[in-house]
Amino acid sequence: MSTAERTAVTATRTRGLRRILRPRARLWLGTLAAALILFVVAPAALSGYQFGLLAQFLCYAMVAVGIGLAWGQGGMLTLGQGLFFGIGGYAMAMHLQLDDAGPGGVPAFMSLYGSGTVPAWWEPFRDPWITIGTIILLPAALAALLGYAIFARRVRGAYFAILSQALVAAFAILLIGQQASTGGSTGLSNFRGFFGYSLADPLNQRLLFFLAAGTLIGMVLLVRLLMRSRYGELLVATRDQEMRVRFLGYNPALVKTVAFVVSSVFAAVGGALFVPIAGIISPSDVAVVPSIMFVAGVAIGGRATLLGPVLGSLALSWVGAQLQDNYPSVWSYFQGALFVLVLGFLPQGFATLGGVLRRRKGDSR
Amino acid sequence: MTTTRPLALEVTGLRVEFDGFVAVRDVDLTVPAGELRFLIGPNGAGKTTVIDALTGLVRGTGTARFDGHELLGRPVHRLVRAGIGRTFQTASVFEGHTVLQNLDIAAGLHRRPTTLLRRRRGVPEEVLRALDTVGLDDLADRPAGELAHGQKQWLEIGMLLVQDARLLLLDEPVAGMSGEERAATGELLRRISRDRTVVVVEHDMEFLRNYADTVTVMHRGSILAEGGVDEVQSDPRVIEVYLGAPLDAPTATATARATGRETR
Repeated sequence: MSTAERTAVTATRTRGLRRILRPRARLWLGTLAAALILFVVAPAALSGYQFGLLAQFLCYAMVAVGIGLAWGQGGMLTLGQGLFFGIGGYAMAMHLQLDDAGPGGVPAFMSLYGSGTVPAWWEPFRDPWITIGTIILLPAALAALLGYAIFARRVRGAYFAILSQALVAAFAILLIGQQASTGGSTGLSNFRGFFGYSLADPLNQRLLFFLAAGTLIGMVLLVRLLMRSRYGELLVATRDQEMRVRFLGYNPALVKTVAFVVSSVFAAVGGALFVPIAGIISPSDVAVVPSIMFVAGVAIGGRATLLGPVLGSLALSWVGAQLQDNYPSVWSYFQGALFVLVLGFLPQGFATLGGVLRRRKGDSR
Repeated sequence: MTTTRPLALEVTGLRVEFDGFVAVRDVDLTVPAGELRFLIGPNGAGKTTVIDALTGLVRGTGTARFDGHELLGRPVHRLVRAGIGRTFQTASVFEGHTVLQNLDIAAGLHRRPTTLLRRRRGVPEEVLRALDTVGLDDLADRPAGELAHGQKQWLEIGMLLVQDARLLLLDEPVAGMSGEERAATGELLRRISRDRTVVVVEHDMEFLRNYADTVTVMHRGSILAEGGVDEVQSDPRVIEVYLGAPLDAPTATATARATGRETR
């Protein structure tokens, strides 16, 4: 039996399963399986190093889940999610730096590069609640403002993609230029604690992983809810026939902005959790290249499906890390080839493989 | 949904200009309530442009009032909320959604925004009624992309009914339809125009003769003639415009011959 045949058989089997299991049962089983893998299997099977890596990938996957909603469901190809990932990440990093420095203290890098005083706009981040509020509300407000302004002017497709990428490029340049207050190209690192918990303690690292895993599962469930709601139907309708939606009395700019805001908040939360897990945030984590990588995982996984983005992102990150460790010189070629192959043969991503094979089989009959 | 009092569309001095080219000029158009009005004219006469201007797709000057609302210069979605609905030359339904979902989205206009966050449970009353009116009951759960050409146009009309449009502007609804589908569409238009104001842009003379209450003829951006079907068909100016026009050459020639005999 060839691999293709075997996959086809599996596809038929899953289809059978799908017919038997009602949506609600599938939801519970799926959630349970994901929780089991992330909360039980992963900590037991992975080494400390791999476990830490997976924790980072979970944060990337949060961005991917958001892109799946904005791009897969809403048709907004955003190449600039690094902007929101960065806002969340830097807000968290600033709080951790100030927290490490103690009340009234000055982060070490500021004395090194700057005047040795904390800039006024840093001060609010001493407060943990203001920090958490900023991580969620600032990207939401920015995405709402930018999104509505862009979508109301009917900028879409490649133009929106270019615009979003230009924004993230400008953001990275801004960060690099402000070395005294953002750490410049080295970014912010060497965090010791996370809301009072020591980051060096392996138990706390594990808890951080669980926090990321739980958040990611929550995000996927929220997207599922949105996809199945009337709003989800409307969003897909807007993606496919924006003009028609307008002639049904809706404001498509508003419909799209909502999805863009949700996806931006997901990216920001991913960025915020990435900081204590990875121990660093720098312009190279938020610039153009990582922003494209977020999208690549979504494209390979299957942008218009529920699980495609999250699984695609996790798989791409994992394979990337393995190859980068073992064959650092070929990784980028492999990545390019994978991208071309998948999008050439499965334009809707791996998640549609089953459907494509089923159709093939149907045709040959 | 209540059966709303049908209202008249009143357009005066409508003018549409594209970069100095005047596509529509001095158009006065009054369509009384409950009337099935056909808007005809050779290619490039400005028929679709009139509809585009009335639905906010292109900028027009002058006045256009319906139900006490000024139509010109307002964003599309507000016009729709004021009861204006239109279709396009090419059916533009949501192909990936089922017939039911298409109609449900159209019905969303009259729901509170919070209902968007919930799942669709059951079928709204007005959706059932529209399914029945346009005759797509049996296809409710089919993806709209699988519908035949004519069925897509009916679905579009159904969507207008569900959104409770009281002024319907239909752009060539029977183009590309079979004879049977045309007849069905004509009957459908008759039925829905009883308590609504309906304007149909059309090329098909046969269809027009069978179903139009009144006809407005456009030529080079302005109105050439208006009246009952027979009245317009015997108008010498209309005959002149249509002579040699590829779409309806035989009919126009035939009419010309007929009227020519009369004048002799």
